[in-house]
Amino acid sequence: MRLFRFLKPISSAPVARERLQILLEYERRMVSQSSLITTLKDEILAVVSRHVSIDPERIHVSVDRGEGFSTLAVGVQIPNKVAAEGGMIQTGAAGQGPATPN
Amino acid sequence: MGKVLVVTSGKGGVGKTTSTAALGAALARLGHNVVVVDFDVGLRNLDLVMGAERRVVFDLINVVQGVAKLTQALIRDKRLDTLYLLPASQTRDKDALTEEGIARVIIDLRSRFDWVICDSPAGIERGATLAMRYADEAIIVTNPEVSSVRDSDRIIGLLDSKTEKAERGERMAKHLLIARFDPGRAARGEMLNIQDVLEILSIPLLGVIPESEEVLRASNLGAPITICGQQSAPAHAYMDAARRLTGEDIEMLIPTEKVGFFTKIFGRRAA
Repeated sequence: MRLFRFLKPISSAPVARERLQILLEYERRMVSQSSLITTLKDEILAVVSRHVSIDPERIHVSVDRGEGFSTLAVGVQIPNKVAAEGGMIQTGAAGQGPATPN
Repeated sequence: MGKVLVVTSGKGGVGKTTSTAALGAALARLGHNVVVVDFDVGLRNLDLVMGAERRVVFDLINVVQGVAKLTQALIRDKRLDTLYLLPASQTRDKDALTEEGIARVIIDLRSRFDWVICDSPAGIERGATLAMRYADEAIIVTNPEVSSVRDSDRIIGLLDSKTEKAERGERMAKHLLIARFDPGRAARGEMLNIQDVLEILSIPLLGVIPESEEVLRASNLGAPITICGQQSAPAHAYMDAARRLTGEDIEMLIPTEKVGFFTKIFGRRAA
């Protein structure tokens, strides 16, 4: 009976609203974070490449959002033989190509 | 100098083209010089909604490439003599549109018209970003439905980062146009209501267009609803929205459902 319709929970709009709010909060953060990470990665790569020849794929940048503060983690993998030379290479050193800015 | 508006949404089928035609005709009826520009290369439809599909000779790409002059490609509306259409190409490759080429055309249009209304294609690819690139203001068309609202949010992000205005560090004015609003379903909690959408997207409301058979009738006839269905509820809503664009302060009327006595007692069949 239509008269008793108010007994059934039929409104789906509040569910839609809540799902959207949660999703969009997450997506907005992801979009701004991913552009920040790309920028950081590019600039870190440029700085490190001036001194050490590295593979652009071997740089990992991530941001961990915590309460109160966030942590920025940067990981750069440098091949061992470069590290053994004291981390510094001259342009054209054996086995090393020129730095490849991204 | 005219104002450049982009009508955009992210999602397809929400009413961008209908709204472009209706707002363009509404502004022309208010006495402004208006051009509506179709950016949907390969899938043009604004010509059809405007009833000018058999009058297209040259298009936007011809003008960008210098094959035709702007005046040769502009189609004057048969009903309103201050309303013009610049159609998109139906066949050519969309890569033929370059940023520089579009910039030149927009500068030219801006000097000739009071309003340049760019009808964006759906999506967030090249066509959509080019349509918004040189805009002064944006109209975001949204339906009160989850996927449309989500896509609008993405588009708002792009308007704030990928447009020339954003790159200059200026703020792009944005207007929300809620289309296909069904007051009955919103009242029954089956559809997001206006307040929900406004709170989620947090941009100012330009108008609420009620869902109506008149909109389909207008596109069947090839006339903007603000020309052929002037007395209909959506036409009134579009006229009010156009007046708000010109800076008039018009009270916002949220469509409500007229509910009869028997409907109230016995309910109604789901649409």
